[in-house]
Amino acid sequence: MTYLDKASLKVVGTRPIRPDGVDKVIGRAAFGADMVLPGMLWGKVARSPHAHARIKSINIDKALAVPGVKAIVTSADLPAIPSEEAFVGEGPMNFRDLSSNCMARGKVLYDGHAVAAVAATSPAIAEEAAALIEVEYEVLPHVIDVEDAMKPDAPVLHDDLFTQGIDPKPAKASNIAKRITFTKGDFAQGWKEAEVTIERRYTTQPVHQAYIEPHACLVSVGADGQCTIFSSSQGQFMVRAYCAKLLGIDIANIRATPAEIGGGFGGKTLVYLEPVALALSKKAGKPVKIVMSREEVFRGTGPAAGGVIEVKYGAKKDGRLVAAELVVKLQAGAFPGSPVGPACMCGFAMYDIPHVNIVGYDVVSNRPKVAAYRAPGAPNSTFGTESCLDELAIELKIDPLKLREINAAKEGTKAAHGPTWANIGYTQTLDAAKAHPHMKIALGPNQGRGIASGFWFNIGGESAASVYVNEDGTATVVEGNPDVGGSRASMAMMAAEVLGIAYERVRAVVADTSSTGYCFLTGGSRVTFATGMAVTQAAEKVVVELKKRAAMIWDISPDAVDWKDGKAYPAGPNAGSFEPLSLGEIALKAGRTGGPISAEVSINAQGAGAGFATHICDVEIDRETGHVKVLRYTAVQDVGRAIHPSYVEGQIQGGVTQGIGWALNEEYVYDKHGRLDNAGFLDYRIPVASDMPMIEAVMVEVPNPRHPFGARGVGEVPIVPPMAAVANAIADAIGTRMRDLPMSPPKLRAALDLQDPPRLAAE
Amino acid sequence: MSKHHVTTNINGEPVEFLCEAQQTMLDVLRDELHLTGSKEGCGSGDCGACSVILDGKVVCSCLMLGVEAEGRKVITIEGIAQGDKLHPVQQKFLEHAALQCGFCTPGLIVAAKALLDENLNPTEEETRYWLAGNLCRCTGYDKVIRAVLDAAAVMRGEPGASVST
Ligand code: FES
Ligand code: FES
Repeated sequence: MTYLDKASLKVVGTRPIRPDGVDKVIGRAAFGADMVLPGMLWGKVARSPHAHARIKSINIDKALAVPGVKAIVTSADLPAIPSEEAFVGEGPMNFRDLSSNCMARGKVLYDGHAVAAVAATSPAIAEEAAALIEVEYEVLPHVIDVEDAMKPDAPVLHDDLFTQGIDPKPAKASNIAKRITFTKGDFAQGWKEAEVTIERRYTTQPVHQAYIEPHACLVSVGADGQCTIFSSSQGQFMVRAYCAKLLGIDIANIRATPAEIGGGFGGKTLVYLEPVALALSKKAGKPVKIVMSREEVFRGTGPAAGGVIEVKYGAKKDGRLVAAELVVKLQAGAFPGSPVGPACMCGFAMYDIPHVNIVGYDVVSNRPKVAAYRAPGAPNSTFGTESCLDELAIELKIDPLKLREINAAKEGTKAAHGPTWANIGYTQTLDAAKAHPHMKIALGPNQGRGIASGFWFNIGGESAASVYVNEDGTATVVEGNPDVGGSRASMAMMAAEVLGIAYERVRAVVADTSSTGYCFLTGGSRVTFATGMAVTQAAEKVVVELKKRAAMIWDISPDAVDWKDGKAYPAGPNAGSFEPLSLGEIALKAGRTGGPISAEVSINAQGAGAGFATHICDVEIDRETGHVKVLRYTAVQDVGRAIHPSYVEGQIQGGVTQGIGWALNEEYVYDKHGRLDNAGFLDYRIPVASDMPMIEAVMVEVPNPRHPFGARGVGEVPIVPPMAAVANAIADAIGTRMRDLPMSPPKLRAALDLQDPPRLAAE
Repeated sequence: MSKHHVTTNINGEPVEFLCEAQQTMLDVLRDELHLTGSKEGCGSGDCGACSVILDGKVVCSCLMLGVEAEGRKVITIEGIAQGDKLHPVQQKFLEHAALQCGFCTPGLIVAAKALLDENLNPTEEETRYWLAGNLCRCTGYDKVIRAVLDAAAVMRGEPGASVST
């Protein structure tokens, strides 16, 4: 069944209070660090001070002698596992690499790489002992920058890494893990046909996801090998799968409970602490809790990839694009696995371009292993492609929004990366942007306006959900995706809509791995789509059962029963004349009509709807300080159908703000030894309330016919356009193009000084 | 080393605790008193997740020592609601969906309450600057600011904004 007719909806599309809300405003919700177990120990990880070094020896004697220390582990306590691709998290991952990332094996590959861990009776003792672990290092040359890492004479991180995607296979190990290509048409031909061409180079910096909650877990290993894990992650099933593999534990012996998660944005789609804590707990015979400090979060986890983006466009004078090329060199951090694939695929996805050539490089360097961050890869490539399109618009003297309209991908357009688009809403976002009052607001001196669009795939995948009818006529929804931003509310709303009862009578629970069927992690903007589909189908099965029970009570055929507004009705005069039976009445009699009423559905959801967005940004430049103030921001997005509009707006507003941080401030600063210089919120500055204007989220609804309510994923695409939107606005304001992120005051000042040599001389 | 005995008042209740000299108030709240509503996002005074009200002023409890609570009055997130009656700021956070993950929320609510205790009629800009020490990575602050301004309106006896449903 589908519920695409918006007018018929009673619950979906409203803005009720989320079921976990009160606990979160009174301080009662249990996040990763909030749990305790009797007799538990505190863990602390010892980390590398070097960017690249061989571990010659580790001496734990002094640390072990500290009173209160109960166990110490190193990589020797984790089984050595073979190289094997893993598909349990978001993006490419290798189990062996993940193990070495949790605990360095042989070499440390970045400043902050874990080398050992201690469990002790107090945090202070654990910290003291961790500092007493003596590691003898042979320091090796290191490399931080992506293009430096690609040079033939660069220090090589992994001597068994040979570039994939090159024929013949290279004989020499390098830091280029792979080279990938996508082609459509014949780029050389298209380039010849172009009347105007443009070629530009852009750079982005790796940035941290910067969830406010540091990683934390509390684990316990029993003498019989059964383990419990309570941790903050984007997927308890992901935690279970990784821990089982990294430690050689049967999956059935792990029960992983999701803590409330204090932000993830992709950064909590892999494990850092849980395997280490399990190893400590096993050794010590006691529960172990580990909580990272903020410094550890910056040095040891995330970040998102950054890199170099080279773009070429060839166009006709009327603005039609005939050729485009994109080269992306993306940072993977210490192990292969940057999101270079999606980066390549997303850059031109908004447009219909006949001849396209795309090349991507996945490059390792002595930085922390990158993790997913909201639409991983897309913000990098799109900063390049959408900035360059703006430069082309200026060259062609065509309005940038018009240029996008001329080339917009539509129903039936074949995207450069393969698929033929169906049911997409890109042009609708352009229409809504064009019609928005924002576009008519006059700009003052040193102010500018920028437009940029973006795309993200969104995914579906495996989800299970159950709906239980309770004996008083309420219902419980059980599913397995950590709620990062109101998904319990959306699940309860969809179930309430199908059951025809009030939202307040349905409660949604996120269960542990032993209490619900498998759900792939919370990522890829999949939860409302895929898990929502499972919840909807489970609720529909419950309705079928409710009708059957009513039929039984009335002694008529189930086909002769209708379900409407939470009640069973005889389907017509022929069905007989009975007073309607409410869900509550049927539930009360369930014992006499066949037992409890419930349904579980397990699916692999297909048909996730692509997400497109168009953003409008106004900025003002302070010519003295080089500071960029975002004055106004409007983000238009095709959301399919907003289940809970407030939480959809919230995703958009949050994604935009992260994008603005990436555009203007955020970057990692390494010293000459490859040590991170800004591992704290004081020096790594994310946007604060006074930096931001209100952000208007405009939801365009082009329903996705593959979801019962028409939902599309909404969480990721909002971070894709902002960097280019800001850069385009800056170019509009001061006439200078900023091509390197972050567009921080010193860079703006340098650009303005070039425009204004007399002032420079006067200073 | 012997622990320090501290007599203080937390959320209106007299409280005594023992703590190490170097233990922060945040550690005392979370680990000794099991008041885990105050969060540690940084431990360095940069994120505001640990905000508490100390004798009427917002402070980062991660920058305060447990022993400094001696003789003072501390309000934590657990003390903002009166029994089961939420403070208007809490109620408006819920209505406006001003939380996504909810980790920054205790600190933001404590800081916002302190703002409204001092100024029942803050402008948007004043609110943004007051809350500039409370990092939120999820919301982009839009709904947070709206919730606080709306709570202020309600506390002034005005009808408040209705969140369309
Ligand atoms: S934990 Fe105190 S300010 Fe961040
Ligand atoms: S709601 Fe997640 S950090 Fe603010």
